[in-house]
Amino acid sequence: MKVIKELWQSLIDALIGLGSIVRFLLRLLAVTPGALLRFDLIVQQIFNSGALSLVIIMLAGLFVGMVLGLQGFTLLERFGSEESLGEAAAVGLVKELGPVITALLFAGRAGTALASELGLMRATDQLSAMEMMAVDPIKRVVVPRFLGGVIAMPLLAAIFSVIGLYGAQLIGVQIMGVDSGSFWSQMRDGVDLADIRQGIVKSVIFGIACSLIAVYEGYFATPTAAGVGRATTRTVVTSAVVVLFLDYLLTSAFL
Amino acid sequence: MNQEASIVEIRSLRYAVSGRPIFDGLDMDIARGRVTAVMGPSGTGKTTLLRLITGQVRADSGTIEVAGEDMRTLKRDELYVLRRRMGMLFQNGALLTDLSVFENVAFPLREHTDLPERLVRQLVLTKLQAVGLRGAAELMPAELSGGMSRRVALARAIVMDPEILIYDEPFVGLDPISMGVILRLIRRLNNTLGLTSIVVSHDVKEVSSVADNVFLLSGGKVVASGTPKDLAANTSEVVQQFMGGLADGPVPFHFPAPDYFGELLARGEGR
Repeated sequence: MKVIKELWQSLIDALIGLGSIVRFLLRLLAVTPGALLRFDLIVQQIFNSGALSLVIIMLAGLFVGMVLGLQGFTLLERFGSEESLGEAAAVGLVKELGPVITALLFAGRAGTALASELGLMRATDQLSAMEMMAVDPIKRVVVPRFLGGVIAMPLLAAIFSVIGLYGAQLIGVQIMGVDSGSFWSQMRDGVDLADIRQGIVKSVIFGIACSLIAVYEGYFATPTAAGVGRATTRTVVTSAVVVLFLDYLLTSAFL
Repeated sequence: MNQEASIVEIRSLRYAVSGRPIFDGLDMDIARGRVTAVMGPSGTGKTTLLRLITGQVRADSGTIEVAGEDMRTLKRDELYVLRRRMGMLFQNGALLTDLSVFENVAFPLREHTDLPERLVRQLVLTKLQAVGLRGAAELMPAELSGGMSRRVALARAIVMDPEILIYDEPFVGLDPISMGVILRLIRRLNNTLGLTSIVVSHDVKEVSSVADNVFLLSGGKVVASGTPKDLAANTSEVVQQFMGGLADGPVPFHFPAPDYFGELLARGEGR
């Protein structure tokens, strides 16, 4: 009985949380047109969330691609179709691994930075000070960070996929000796525009989810050291779960 | 006091936080052009009062009029218009940590006006000169001492030439020299810029030296008001305890607790 009651309660809490995050999103969208006029602020945030995440994204992409090349090669070799390695790696990267792993890394690198920055701004009264100066912190601080993340995420995912392909090629073609011509031509035949579109749609949606979770957790963080720490942790955990869940939903919707 | 003379009028204000009343029938008039201090023991809601006056939170009942505007009926954008006529100095300065001192002071100008860069520069440098920190314009907030951050925040608070300047605990954690600097600035800015200053503090000596009027809060009400001299001469127990800094009195030393011996002798159940 008690277990059911607690489960019920946590379901209610989850729904309340979902409701308030959706309300927050609507509040962001309401001031987005005004915030777009200050594009310099958004560019700065694209730099913070995007450019500063480049190294980790590129490294991860390279290694994931290399693993893909190695695993794909040993698997495909059994069927004598190692020439399809290019196609297999490209489809895997563009549709799944690119968006998903980029989103997870993005949450860890850029999401935590956003959440702790906003949380500390709250804790040190910077957000209240802006309100007192008649500057809406949602418009001046939160929306540029949100949009910066939303714009940066698909770009990062694209870079991840390209570097990943290079990694797969490095192992498959340069080391395992798959024919370079068939690697690239099979890839071009096998990947069509719909695959790329799926990847883009996924990365845009993951970008919205991760950025929204990060700014929400940061903006509403309890203004103490412990509160900011908790907000940062929750950003990573919630983002990871939400991204993987959305990935399943989107994949099944595309099929 | 008539409408003309007071810039903030509070009538039978009631405000509670999660059922616990903070203000219970508070009345207050803050005179235009003066330095008014709001004092009281910690936890009497002095900062909450500032948040009510600036419209950051709304009263449960009663009225607050600021510069003739009823805070209860103001819409968000009307509130923002009113706030451009107010400046507030937060306890720790609340400087934007990613901007330099110069850009912090320029922030309200850049957000609200479209002035040419040359004019922005002149305005910012004049205000920084007024607080004695023109030489620190290119520093970042992290490089400033506590007293300096507060002076920069003060320059930022006056850059839009407000009518009301609000100080939230401006003396907390300052060394005597910085404290003296802030005290002098409060008085000088009030007189030269024709401001109304509201200082919330519990530093009796400092406040008495700068304020024209003092309100002493306790238990959600104004328990005494008048010039600092009036208050020092007030014979009421609460006033004497606060002004004299006595540990025990109407404001008890002990936080409400169960019987001391009873709790010591108990076997530790329930803890």
